[in-house]
This record gives sequence, C-alpha cells and structure tokens, in this order.
Amino acid sequence: MNDELLRLENVSINYKVRGGYLSAVKDVSFHVNRGEIFAVVGESGCGKSTVAHSIMRLLDKNAVVLGSIKYNGTNLMELSNKQITGVRGHDIGMIFQNPLDSLNPVYTTGAQVNEAIRLDGISKLEGWKKVIELYRNVKMPDAEKRVQAYPHEMSGGMRQRVMIAMMLSRNPSLLIADEPTTALDVTIEAQILEIISQLKKEFGTAVMLITHNFGLVAEVADRVAIMYAGELVEQGDVFEIFRAPKHPYTRLLMKALPRGTKQEGRLQTIDGTVPRLMEVQPGCRFANRCPMAKKICYEQDPAIRALSATHTYRCHFAEEEV
Amino acid sequence: MEKMQPVIQIEHLSKHFSIDNGFFTKGKKTVKAVNDFTLNLEKGKILGLVGESGSGKTTLARVILNLTSATEGTVLINGVDMSKCSAAEKKELRKNIAVVFQDPLSNLNPRETVMSSIMRPMVLHGMKRALAREKAREVLESVKMDAHYLNSYPHQLSGGQLQRIAIARALAMNPQIMILDEPTSALDISVQAQILNLLLDLQEQHQLTYMIITHDLNVIRYISDQVAVMYLGQLVEYGETKIMCSNPSHPYSKALMAASPILDPTMRGREKEIMKGDPGSLIHFPSGCSFHPRCRYAEEICMQERPEMERIGENHWARCHLCMQK
Ligand SMILES: Nc1ncnc2c1ncn2[C@@H]1O[C@H](COP(=O)(O)OP(=O)(O)OP(=O)(O)O)[C@@H](O)[C@H]1O
Ligand SMILES: Nc1ncnc2c1ncn2[C@@H]1O[C@H](COP(=O)(O)OP(=O)(O)OP(=O)(O)O)[C@@H](O)[C@H]1O
Ligand code: SF4
Ligand SMILES: [Mg+2]
Ligand SMILES: [Mg+2]
Repeated sequence: MNDELLRLENVSINYKVRGGYLSAVKDVSFHVNRGEIFAVVGESGCGKSTVAHSIMRLLDKNAVVLGSIKYNGTNLMELSNKQITGVRGHDIGMIFQNPLDSLNPVYTTGAQVNEAIRLDGISKLEGWKKVIELYRNVKMPDAEKRVQAYPHEMSGGMRQRVMIAMMLSRNPSLLIADEPTTALDVTIEAQILEIISQLKKEFGTAVMLITHNFGLVAEVADRVAIMYAGELVEQGDVFEIFRAPKHPYTRLLMKALPRGTKQEGRLQTIDGTVPRLMEVQPGCRFANRCPMAKKICYEQDPAIRALSATHTYRCHFAEEEV
Repeated sequence: MEKMQPVIQIEHLSKHFSIDNGFFTKGKKTVKAVNDFTLNLEKGKILGLVGESGSGKTTLARVILNLTSATEGTVLINGVDMSKCSAAEKKELRKNIAVVFQDPLSNLNPRETVMSSIMRPMVLHGMKRALAREKAREVLESVKMDAHYLNSYPHQLSGGQLQRIAIARALAMNPQIMILDEPTSALDISVQAQILNLLLDLQEQHQLTYMIITHDLNVIRYISDQVAVMYLGQLVEYGETKIMCSNPSHPYSKALMAASPILDPTMRGREKEIMKGDPGSLIHFPSGCSFHPRCRYAEEICMQERPEMERIGENHWARCHLCMQK
C-alpha cells in the first residue's frame, strides 16, 4: 500500500485583483502521508489558508490555480463539482480558521452535527446517540446536556470541539485543521492537541495542521513545511528542522522565538518587510530581508536542494552560516 | 532603603456584574468576575497576568483604569484613588496610564484614519497639532510600520497591523504605566520579537511599569519580572517569574504551566497532565476552594474551607490549603 495520501505538485495560486494578479502561492510542492501530522507554518498572509482551500476546491472565484493536487492518485482539480462534494463529505475534512462562522447560530450544535451525520441515512434517534458519542470522543464536558446548547452558549474551546466532532463523524482520511487553537487558552489548546493526536493513533487519520505557533509544531507534528510570502522555503522532519534549520528565514524565525528570559538579551528580529506579491518575478522572495543575499538571489529562483531524504530547502547559499 | 510606594495598589477589589436570569425565570444573577483581589505593582517592574479564558483578567484591567467602577475595594494609582477624583484630575491621571485592549479593533474608531486616531489623545491633552503629527510618525515607525499606513482606515489593515497601531497610540502619550491585554496574540513571530524588544527598551529607559495579560507563557517568561495567576476571578498565586515558570506551587498554576507548549520537539515525550473538567462558573462558585472540582490533589478540607492567600516563600504567595503544608 502506498503511504502517500495527498500530493501537491508545482502549485501556484494567483488572485485576480484590481491592477493585475496577486501571486499568493508560488510553485509549492509537498505531500502528506497516511497517519501523519504535517504542519504548515509561516507568517500571516503567506498563503497557508489559500493552499488549504485549494485542496478542498473552496477558493474564492477570483483565484487561478496551476499545477496538480492529487488525493489518493486522483487529480482533485479534474473532478466534477458533484465528485468534489463527495470527497469533501467523506475523505477530506476541514476545520476552518473561524469556527463561529461555520456554525449556524439559530440551531443547537447537536442538531447541526446530527444533520451532518444523517446524510448517511440513519434515523434521527440513532443520530442523536451518535452525536452524544461523538461529543464524548472530543471530551466535551456534560455531553448529554451540551448537545442542546446553541453556539453562543459555548466557550471558544467547546465550539472548536463541535467542529472537530463534526469532522470525526465523517471519519475522514485527511483532516485539514486551519489554526485550530488560536485564541484558546493553553489548557484547552492542550486538550484539542490531545484529540488530534488520538485521531492519528486510533484511526490513522492524516492531519494537515496550519498554524503560526511553533510550540504546536514542536509538540505534535511529524513533518513541517515553512512558507514565506507564498513560497515553500523548507520542509522536513520536525526534529531535524528544530535541531538544524537550514533556510535563512527558518533560522531567523527560530531565533526570534522567546525561549528564555530578558536577562539573556533581546530577541533576534528580522529587518524589513514582506514584498508586495504582485506580478511574479524571478528570484528568492526573502532576498530583501536575507542577511546572506547576493546578486543571484534577486535574479534566479533558487532550486530545491535535499539535505537528506527527509529534509529539503530552497536557497542559493544556505550552506554557509547566517 | 525606604520602601517605595507601589505604582498600582489593588486592595480587596471585587467587580460583579448583574445579568438577567434568562427568558423564563425572573430575577437577576450575579457574575462575580473579580473577587477580593489584592496586589501591588512596583515601579519599573513588569507584571505578567495569566489565567484561564474568562477568569476576569480584562475586567480587572478595566477596573484599574477606572473604565468601570469597582463593586468593592480600591485601586490606588501612585497613591490616588481615581474613582474619587474630579474630571479634570482624572484626565491628568489618564495621561500617565495607557492601555492596549485585547481586541485591536476596539482600540480604534472605524471612521478615523490611523493618523487621527494616534493624534487625538495628544491633541486632547493640549499638544499642538503639528507636533502631534510628528510624534504620530515617530511612534508608528517605532512599531515598524510604514508611514503610508497613516492614511489608512482600520478595516484596511490586518489584525497584526491593528495591534501595532494600538501600541503606537499608547506609546504616543509617553505613559508611566501601560496595561497591555494580549498585545502580541495577533502578531507574527518576527513582529512579536520587535514589539517585545521595543517595550523592553522603553521600559528600561524610562522606568515604566507594565501589566501584561497573555495566554502565551513563553512571552510571560521572557518579559515579566513577576507573575500573577488568576482562576475564577481570584488571585491564586503570585511570585517571581523564575519560580513561577519553573516551579509553581498552586495546582492550577502547575496545570497551566504544564499545558504550555515547549518550543523543542525532543521534550514532547514528557509527562503531561491534561487538566480535567470544565472551566468553573462565575455564578455558582464551588464550596471551599473554587479549584477543587478540577484539582488532582484536592482533599476533604478543600471542599469545605476557602483557602486564603498565604505567604509560602520569598515574595511568593499562594491560595491553596496544601501549598501551606509544605
Ligand atoms: N479572495 C482574495 N482576493 C485577493 N487576495 C486574497 C484573497 N484571499 C487571500 N488573499 C491574499 O492572499 C495572500 C495569502 O492569504 P492567506 O489567507 O492564504 O494567508 P494565511 O497564510 O492563511 O494568513 P493568516 O495566517 O493570516 O491566516 C494574502 O496576501 C491575502 O491578502
Ligand atoms: N459587562 C459585562 N456584563 C456581564 N458579564 C461580563 C461583562 N464583562 C465581562 N463579563 C463576564 O466576566 C467574566 C470575566 O471576563 P473577562 O473578559 O474579564 O475574562 P478574561 O480573563 O479577560 O478572559 P479572556 O482570556 O478570554 O480574555 C466572563 O464570564 C464574562 O462573561
Ligand atoms: S486548595 Fe485544594 S483544591 Fe484548591 S488547589 Fe489547593 S489542593 Fe487543589
Ligand atoms: Mg489563514
Ligand atoms: Mg480578556
């Protein structure tokens, strides 16, 4: 059996905007294996949600996608609308960045989950039993009572768990979780990470975890991809990348994390700002902020280099010290 | 050496809200958001305030700023009780104490450009417009934002940019005290590093006093001198950052610190206690210690008697029956 579940090959995504195209994602390739947690990190606006939505074919109308996105060998971009709806319902589940937006305020959360699972043709009563079971699976306190709660009667953490419960009901092979714990406090965050790890262990679910929190990556991910301004600059085994990050951007990010105390000195910062991503130009998009950049960085796209079978990066010079 | 007067003195502070009982039952219920809270902030120190979502941190900040009145207790800022001041005195005091709210949009008027938002408090306090405009440019640059954003409206900016503008606006008044509610939650790592460095530089140069509220314990460990932990509206532990982050005593603080992600994958195998149960209710408090239904160490006495804040070490206080026995 093939371990590979999802593969993106040379995916570029442009948004048509006033005055031309915004290049939100440029030439990104990666794969996700069955039963692994694959994290995608990067700063706000670097294209993480755009990549996720392209897999689900949920991009805004003004988006143009190039390249191929294969799930289990099938090119998702070639499926009919009906077929892709089937994939979304059964194979790939997604937890969206804003859970409140995806729940209907006028129905109880239990009714909404029930609605979702009864697509499989079970009775309403059976449905309710299943809902309570699902709520228990996501460690919802007082599951029997909470199925009757409306979204606004639940805390952020509980709503997030409803979304996860809804996903679980479909038993997807791939779960895309877009910032599932942002704005939650660390104790609830830890509970949700526990549920995600459990999914992976019990059902072999593959998880694509999108976040800008390196702590989460360190805690649960198997592999990680780092994005900068629409480019995937480095990817590989989490342990390898935390021990020896290669790309100058990854290295600087790792140093900017507050690991110690102020007595040990100021945090490292990255000078400059992200370039505006209108027309695609050759060269590395990090060049204007990179301490190692030379002329070639502004002129030629760096090739992807493999450091090992499980670690690649995209830079002309990363061999040297920053 | 003579002991200096604390910059902020919070004494037996409580803040309760009255809410309707719902559609079908008559009467009111009381949400006890802050309960009998006592704490001092020393000049030139940074206090980190942490606690579960909904534990009353923002409410505490609002009472300190006198944006809402206390139900009981007092807050003294440099020895003065703002709730007893005339409007003119209040205005003068407000100049010294700046705030950055959790929700970046609530800091700014949607119909005002960034420039006028930053300028308004300065002009209100009598600064010449030209000078205020210059100062606005200066503070925007200090939070690493390009001057062309000065003409933007809030809806045109990202969450991280709004947060930076709110910080810039607070800095423009050269305050003595800053209360920062989740100042970095919407920021990227590299911007967060810049802002934390800036806050530290200013604080050290001008001996400022900060109270920083955040869920990010890595930020707390990095920036604060002392840490206060809140649970259900009460202070449950207070101490020096070093001990609070490495060896907290209260069972809730322990669970909180243990749940914080560590930035190192080789640590992921460690023993983690995931806290059980649901956040408690601020309406019906449990008997005894409010944390007892979720506490893994709870004993008979915890269900019956309410623990008081007790000194358990050098500048280290906790509200727990069992911490006292050690
Ligand atoms: N419908 C759209 N039309 C035009 N530009 C868009 C559209 N959606 C997103 N963008 C732009 O594409 C870029 C990538 O956005 P995306 O939402 O994928 O970022 P992200 O990495 O998920 O950021 P965050 O961490 O803030 O969620 C951004 O510059 C964004 O402004
Ligand atoms: N105006 C109000 N009327 C009624 N209840 C209120 C009001 N303001 C706050 N509360 C309640 O007081 C409690 C404490 O809220 P507060 O915002 O202070 O918590 P917090 O610790 O800042 O939480 P978070 O970490 O999520 O920001 C909550 O239960 C909240 O619902
Ligand atoms: S007093 Fe008891 S219940 Fe409360 S925290 Fe201490 S041990 Fe736990
Ligand atoms: Mg996103
Ligand atoms: Mg708050």
